[in-house]
Amino acid sequence: MDQNNAHRLKRRGLKVLHLVGLFLAMLVICLPGLWIVLNSLRPTVEIMAKPPVWIPQDISLDAYRAMFGGAGQGGIPVWEYFRNSLIISITSTIIALIIGMAGGYAFARYKFKGKSAVFLGFMLTRAVPGIALSLPLFMIFARLGIIDTHFSMILIYVALNVPFTIWLIDGFFRQVPKDLAEAAQIDGCTRWQAFWQVEFPLAGPGIASAGIFAFLTSWNEYALASQITRSVNSKTLPVGLLDYTSEFTIDWRGMCALAVVMIVPALTLTFIIQKHLVSGLTFGAVKG
Amino acid sequence: MHDTYPRAEIKRPIFQMKFPKLSAPTLLLLPAIIVLAAVIVLPLLFSLYSSFTPFRLTKPETIWVVIGFRNYVSALTSLEFWTAFGRTVLLLTIALNAEMFLGLGLAMLVNKATRGQRLLRTLMMFPMMFSPVLVGFQFKFLFNDNIGFVNNVLQSLGITTSAIPWLIDGNLALFSIIVAEIWSSTSVFAILILAGLLAMPQEPVEAARVDGCTPWQTFRYVTWPYLMPFAMIAMTIRSLDVARAYDIVKIMTDGGPAKRTELLWTLVGRTAYSDARMGMANAMAYISILLSILFTVYFFRKLAAARQQIGAEW
Repeated sequence: MDQNNAHRLKRRGLKVLHLVGLFLAMLVICLPGLWIVLNSLRPTVEIMAKPPVWIPQDISLDAYRAMFGGAGQGGIPVWEYFRNSLIISITSTIIALIIGMAGGYAFARYKFKGKSAVFLGFMLTRAVPGIALSLPLFMIFARLGIIDTHFSMILIYVALNVPFTIWLIDGFFRQVPKDLAEAAQIDGCTRWQAFWQVEFPLAGPGIASAGIFAFLTSWNEYALASQITRSVNSKTLPVGLLDYTSEFTIDWRGMCALAVVMIVPALTLTFIIQKHLVSGLTFGAVKG
Repeated sequence: MHDTYPRAEIKRPIFQMKFPKLSAPTLLLLPAIIVLAAVIVLPLLFSLYSSFTPFRLTKPETIWVVIGFRNYVSALTSLEFWTAFGRTVLLLTIALNAEMFLGLGLAMLVNKATRGQRLLRTLMMFPMMFSPVLVGFQFKFLFNDNIGFVNNVLQSLGITTSAIPWLIDGNLALFSIIVAEIWSSTSVFAILILAGLLAMPQEPVEAARVDGCTPWQTFRYVTWPYLMPFAMIAMTIRSLDVARAYDIVKIMTDGGPAKRTELLWTLVGRTAYSDARMGMANAMAYISILLSILFTVYFFRKLAAARQQIGAEW
């Protein structure tokens, strides 16, 4: 009886401990983001207040209104940055997907000499630190006169995204059984038809999530963009975020609002792909 | 070359007439190879060359002067470089170990949860969506000595009366950066390790328990070896973009105060764009590239080994 009680107590204790641990972990994960959202809605006076104001008194969307209300307030062309980010990210994603699909298919369906070496070689190009890559690109692009253009950023992001896109798409194509395409070919499809009508639709959700991943990489990239983009012509949102930092003061509220604007598309897209992303990355970890 | 589909051989002749010497995989990989060569490999060769010159942006003619290894020698003998190098290695060692450990813990916590697992998993991915720039900005705000969340909490709770200069004191600033780095990347480990936990068959664990293993032994000899490939995938992904720390540092402290948080990458950026010493910066950049590549190859190897251990094909 006594032993039973002790055992039950221990179990309950462990359960409480587990819940507390889980709660604390989630708090640490979510709090910074919530803090940003909260502060984008408060007036600057309240952010600066000493002692701190814990219960927000004056919630308003003024920061957002000022940001999108043209260059009047603060004079930061958020619309232009937003448009640049969209154009660059979407175009580079589409191109990277096409190239990545070809490459991923080659890795998933063919055996060839030095396959593993080629794959590693692709990955290594991704490992080059952005800032180190920015030096030669800056020199070359300046000479070619394509610095501060959409074209240069798209080109860079395609190259940046291709290795990882290939890794992911390779995983997704491997999940599609080979027999299916073979059966289609026996039934009279050409290999090309078998690909488009059998393998592509089955790997489709995975490919879409690889695309979203590529989009997010371009959307979030800073080290290269900060050197290659110079003006409203091509500056992206991450670079634009720094516009709120002047020499001595920082417009915390404005920065928080822009941060929220940057994170919302990323948030939405990541939720859509989360399941596929993990399965694409881990495929081949367990079964070949 | 070795086509896996026998039927495709019939189609081959038409294909081969157009492109006499290229096999299908080569053809499929060609676009990727061209893009990577044009945007990454060739520029890197150019920067390798320019690292042997005293090139300055302000004096274009200096690109033609070759000075041999002088840039490398002066980089490798300068205290500034080695300090930044050592600090980068320190930061990565602490951050990656902590991320692995915390990620494992987080994954096990979530895996144990009986209800609301979907929601927890979604929340867990939250930091992954933040671009490093945002992470840097966010923690710069949280750790602000005057209006930051951390100091506000500490002062409101009466733990400290004076403001702690998180980003102004050199050591504290490095600590704050490590915290930001860990916050942003732990979820990569957590998600992949959780995927491993979910995919894991339960029989070996039960068998181990029946055979009288303690929970620790079960974890150490049954669960962990199985999770290893997943952890290594996370490590490989992380090692591919460890240099993202540049963004975080750039925003939070920009290498300051008094260069106390200068990392290899911020040093390269400063030498190149503020001091305009491109040749020198390229020499340093090359050292950092080699470091990244070694790092990636190491973990890629480990990943391959871990996969082989549990009998997967690569």
